[in-house]
Amino acid sequence: MLRTSRLTGPLGTGLILTAALLGATSAMAQQRALVFNTDTSDPAPKAAFEALIADFEAEYPEIDVQVNLFDHEGYKTAIRNFLTADSPDLANWYAGNRMKPFVDAGQFMDVSDVWADNDLTTQLASAESSMTIDGKQWGVPYTYYQWGVYYNKALYEQVGAEVPETYDQFVENCQLFKDAGIDCLTTGTSQMWPAAGLFDYFNLRTNGYDFHMQLTAGEIPWTDERVRETFAQWNRLVEPGFITANAAAIDWQDAAALMSQGEAANYVMGNFAVATFRDGGMTDETLGFFPFPTINPDVERAEDAPTDTVHIPAGAKNPEDAKLFLAYLARADVQTKLNTALGQLPVNNQSTVDQNDPYLAAGFTMLSEASGLAQFFDRDATAEMAASGMEGFQEFMAYPANLEDILNRLESDRQRIYAQ
Amino acid sequence: MTALPDAHGPKRSWWKSNQQRVTPWLFLAPGLFMFAVYVIWPIAASFRFSFYDWDGLSPMEWVGWGNYVELWSDRNFIISLKNNIVWLVLYMLAVPAGLGLAIFLNQTVTGIRLYKSLFFFPFVISQVVVGLMFAWFYAPNFGLFFQLTEWLTGTGTAVLANPEYATYGIIVAGLWPQIAYCMILYLTGLNNVAPDQIEAARLDGAKGLKMLWYVVLPQLRPATFIAVVVTVIGALRSFDLVSIMTNGGPFGQTRVLSFYMYERALSEYGFRMGYGAAIAVVLFLIMMVFITGFVWKMVRDERGH
Repeated sequence: MLRTSRLTGPLGTGLILTAALLGATSAMAQQRALVFNTDTSDPAPKAAFEALIADFEAEYPEIDVQVNLFDHEGYKTAIRNFLTADSPDLANWYAGNRMKPFVDAGQFMDVSDVWADNDLTTQLASAESSMTIDGKQWGVPYTYYQWGVYYNKALYEQVGAEVPETYDQFVENCQLFKDAGIDCLTTGTSQMWPAAGLFDYFNLRTNGYDFHMQLTAGEIPWTDERVRETFAQWNRLVEPGFITANAAAIDWQDAAALMSQGEAANYVMGNFAVATFRDGGMTDETLGFFPFPTINPDVERAEDAPTDTVHIPAGAKNPEDAKLFLAYLARADVQTKLNTALGQLPVNNQSTVDQNDPYLAAGFTMLSEASGLAQFFDRDATAEMAASGMEGFQEFMAYPANLEDILNRLESDRQRIYAQ
Repeated sequence: MTALPDAHGPKRSWWKSNQQRVTPWLFLAPGLFMFAVYVIWPIAASFRFSFYDWDGLSPMEWVGWGNYVELWSDRNFIISLKNNIVWLVLYMLAVPAGLGLAIFLNQTVTGIRLYKSLFFFPFVISQVVVGLMFAWFYAPNFGLFFQLTEWLTGTGTAVLANPEYATYGIIVAGLWPQIAYCMILYLTGLNNVAPDQIEAARLDGAKGLKMLWYVVLPQLRPATFIAVVVTVIGALRSFDLVSIMTNGGPFGQTRVLSFYMYERALSEYGFRMGYGAAIAVVLFLIMMVFITGFVWKMVRDERGH
C-alpha cells in the first residue's frame, strides 16, 4: 500500500503519489492510521524499518503507517514530550530499567495480551525478564546485539599470542603486546559508556549475573568486598598500563581507529562497532571476535546484550492496530528479515541469523549459550546511578589509586538514589 | 503642552485626554509582553520548580528546600561552582589582553584593516567550531599540542584527559574569541580618544605607561565597562565549549553550573527538573549580583553622578 503522509522521503515522489492516488481518495479515507514515532535515523536502521513497514502494509492493506522519524540522540529527550503531549500509536525504546520510568508513570500500555496470544513467552524467552515489570509485559523486543572482545588478528600473529580462553591468558598476552609497544586493550571513554561495558564484563565474570543485577538494582553496597574483587581484576590491566592512555579524552571511534591502524590489539565493544572497524580498513581476515574471557571458572557465563523495543504509549489513539503491529514485529520471519538488514541479532529464537557474517554467527552462538543477558550498565541501573557509576569507572581507569574514594562516593550515591 | 481653547466643547474623549500618557505604554506593550512571557515567567517558573521533585512525567511532588539542601552536599555542584569562579577570574584576562591588542593594532600601516579583521576572526566563528578545533589541538596521540609536549618533555600531555588542566584548557579556548571581542570594543574606543589631550599630555612630558594610565584609559572607560560586562556574562554562561570539548569530563571535573543544570534536568541521564531548576536559580542569583551592579552603575552614570 502506498503512503501519502510520510514525513521523510523526497517531496517530488510524494507529490506524484498524491496525484496518482487522487482517484482513490474514498478508499484512503477508510484506512486506519497508525502513527509510529521512531529514532531509526542512521542509514541502515532507517532502510530496515522502511522495508519492515512496507511489508506490514502489504499484509494489512487497510492500515496506513505514518512514520515520524527523529534523530537518534534527540529522540531520548523528545519521547518525554510526545508521550505526554501528542501520543503516537507506537514508539521505539529500550528494555530493562530504561523503560521503567515510563511504565511507572503510566505512559506505556500493558501488552501482556499480545505476549499471551502469540506464544511470545516461548519465542522471545531470552528477553522476557527484561520486558517484564510487575509481572506484565510492556512492549515487544525486535533486536539485540552482543558485546565481547574484538581483536586485531594481525597483531596477535605478530607477537605470537593465542586467542585467550581465560583472563589469566589475556593478561599474559597483554605483557607480550606491551613489550611490542602495542596497547593491549583500547577504549575511548569520552562519552563514558564504553567504560561501563568493561565494568559489566569484569563484574559478570567475577561475580556472576545475579550479583550484577542486584548491584545495578541498588541492592548491594558498592563498598562490598565482591565489588572490590571486580575492580582488583580490572586493575590487572590498569596498573601495568595495558589500556590506552588518556582514554578519557578519546572518542570510541578514535579508539577503534587505533585498533584498525595496528596500534592496539583488543577492544571490548558492541557488535555495532564492526561497521566502524570495516570503515577503518579491517576485513574478516584481520578482525576477530571472542567472548570476554573467563575470570572465575565457577561463575556461569552471562553476556551484555542491549535490546531495542517497540511500545504502545498509553495515549495511543489506535491501540488495536498497534497491537497487530507488535504481534507482526515479534514474528520469527519478520525478525529474521529485519535483523539481516540491521546487521544485528533477532530476539525470536525461531528466527535465523545470517551465517555469512562471522561476528553475528559467533554472537548468536554465544548469546544462545549464555546463562543470562544483561541489558548494559546504563539500562540496568537507574539513570542517575548509571551516570555517577560511569564517571567512577572513567576515573578508575585514569587513577586506580582513587578506588577507595570512588567506591565510597558511589555508595553514598546509591543510598541517596535508591532511597527515593 | 500649551492649553488650547477647546473647540469641541467641554468634554474630551478619554483617549484625547490621556493620549500623552498612554502612547509610550502602547509602544512598550509588545516588548513588555515578550519580556514577561519569555523572561519573567520562565524565571518565576524556575523558582517554583526548584521546590518540587519532578521527572517531567509523573506528578510534581513538593520537597520545600530539599533540592537546595541536597545541592549543598553535592560534590559535583561544588566542583561546578568552583569551576565557574575559575572561569570568571581567568576570563577577565580577555579585557587587558584585548586592550593590548587594540593598542598594538591602532596604527596606520598598509593593510592594517586586513590585520584587524584577522585578529577579529575568532569571534566570528561559532563557539562549537572553536571548541572542536581546540579539542583536536589537545587530542591525545594526534593533537598538535600533545605532540609538542611530547617533543619537549618526552611524554605527551593530554590536556582534556587531565582533571587538573582540563578546565584551564577549555578557558584558553574560550579566551581566544573573547579577546578578539574585547579588542574590537577597545579599537572603537580608541577612535574616540581626543587627540588634543594626547598632544597636551605629550607637551607635559607624559609618555609610555603613564600616558596610557592617566590619559588614554580614563577616556576608554565606557569601552572598559562594556568589555567587563560581556566578559563576566560570557564566563558565567559558558556551556557550549564545555559540552563540545569534554562533555563535563574527565569524570565531571570540568562541569560548570550551566552545564550541570543541563545534565541534571535535560540530558540522557537527567530529568530531575526540580534539582536542575535549583541549580539554575543559584546561577541566576550569582548573575544577579553582577547585573545589579552593572545596572546600578549605568543608572548612576546616566544621571550624571
